[in-house]
Amino acid sequence: MSQLRSIKEINEKISKGQAVVATAEEVLSIVAEQGVEEAARRVDVVTTGTFGPMCSSGAFLNLGHTTPRMRMTKVYLNGVNAYAGIAAVDVYLGATEIPETDPANTNFPGDFNYGGAHVIEDLVAGKKVRLEALSYGTNCYPRRKLETYITLDDINEAYLFNPRNCYQNYNVAVNLSERTIYTYMGILKPELGNATYSSAGQLSPLLNDPYYRTIGVGTKIFLGGGIGYVAWQGTQHNPCVQRSANGVPREGAGTLALIGDLKQMKAKYLRGVSFLGYGVSMQVGVGIPIPILDVETMRYATVKDEDIVAQVVDYGEAYPQGSGGSLGEVTYAELKSGKIIVQGREVPTAPLSSYPKALEIAQLLKHWIEKGEFTLAEPVATLPSADSSIKMHKLTEKGGNTND
Amino acid sequence: MIKSKVVLRFPASVVEQPFIYTLIKEYNIIANILKANINPRKEGNMVVELKAAESDFKAGIEFLQERGVMVLPLERQIVWWEDRCTQCGFCTAICPTDALWMERPKMTVSFCSEKCIVCEQCLKACPARAMEALYQAEE
Ligand code: SF4
Ligand code: SF4
Repeated sequence: MSQLRSIKEINEKISKGQAVVATAEEVLSIVAEQGVEEAARRVDVVTTGTFGPMCSSGAFLNLGHTTPRMRMTKVYLNGVNAYAGIAAVDVYLGATEIPETDPANTNFPGDFNYGGAHVIEDLVAGKKVRLEALSYGTNCYPRRKLETYITLDDINEAYLFNPRNCYQNYNVAVNLSERTIYTYMGILKPELGNATYSSAGQLSPLLNDPYYRTIGVGTKIFLGGGIGYVAWQGTQHNPCVQRSANGVPREGAGTLALIGDLKQMKAKYLRGVSFLGYGVSMQVGVGIPIPILDVETMRYATVKDEDIVAQVVDYGEAYPQGSGGSLGEVTYAELKSGKIIVQGREVPTAPLSSYPKALEIAQLLKHWIEKGEFTLAEPVATLPSADSSIKMHKLTEKGGNTND
Repeated sequence: MIKSKVVLRFPASVVEQPFIYTLIKEYNIIANILKANINPRKEGNMVVELKAAESDFKAGIEFLQERGVMVLPLERQIVWWEDRCTQCGFCTAICPTDALWMERPKMTVSFCSEKCIVCEQCLKACPARAMEALYQAEE
């Protein structure tokens, strides 16, 4: 495979304001008109985007030292518990954490109006957030109690660190049972009443680089309206699932761990969301540039909704019980049409991931690159791919003592 | 007994008079104020639940109207806070009337209030809490 350009050469063009950039949607018509080889010669970068609920998200915060000093052991931000089992005033605020006073699902289905993701959104929006901290007190950190307010500006470091974002493809959720169920895939009406899905399809980052040929550790990205980086493969990164002839996984596969400076981010790309009867999550905006290094990269980046399939899964029984497989395959073109056929029945579909916002992010990233404000970073390590023989482990219950 | 929620609109000229006191004292109406926006010498609004025997209720309303207070029936309206909406599209499979609908294949979501039957299913279904039920006076 002959290389057309290097990331270094692309960056030289970017800094001169000469880079040719297209979104993963625009590139479809360019390839249709000019063919993949000509398109690969002309376009330097393809931008992708996604804006969906990503539960495995959160932020590290350094709250700053008080006088007298305090080694915070319990920390609440607007009543939401932040993990303080690290150094004195460092905490990790998880997106899905809910206040201890939230009735959760005791009054089913619970509302889950406010949680960690909402605190992060409030911080990014510049709002004051109530901080309560407790400690047992030590010689070096005598203070035991603190109640005050913080804003994002007056704390030290604040960075998003999301262990699992950008799922490469995902399930389509339906409900075969006789009752309405409340899930992280939204409200599912009984007996195939609706189907939900959560991927930007042809705009989604990892579906445009299915074997992680350009996206790796250190790739510079758009994260929540600011600049971030790929930190590692995400948790449950599972590249060895079945793939179509175009290389695209036919079910949930690769994932990314992402990091980025919270102080650069915008609340409109980092939103707390509430799933009735399930819990709190965070809708995260991510955009990843794909450098068109060769014709092959371009071929992968021109994947279309009709060429991406996902598995239809029953969340009434098969998913919660971890039994049974797929009820069939559908394409993202079918999902986006508003109805799919499952078990011979027409089922209305609705997304949970916003396609218009994903497009907005891909376009914004394109403008940043065109204006010379965003250069690409060379990955420092590759992500495990389809040849890695990674297998997902199941957690089995074992008896006896841990020391046996 | 009648129990009804109404909107009272007070012109600036009468806003400082003790209407609620009079309703309670003279007309035996139990008045439960749900929302009030009253300022000296400015037009004021109040959402109030009135409970009384039918004859007292009618007399009380007449008393208010004679003194220039507008009494408007209350209507629940669903509003779509567009700037809170993340355009996820989830509500379009929940809304029974296509009041919340999607333009395909652009996948943009819009709200058409004429089609809304105020079933309120979207209120808690919307993950971004972009839908809200507001009480508004029927004009
Ligand atoms: S569910 Fe809420 S956020 Fe999503 S499109 Fe509907 S109104 Fe907008
Ligand atoms: S109240 Fe009911 S009809 Fe109106 S927009 Fe919401 S779901 Fe649709």
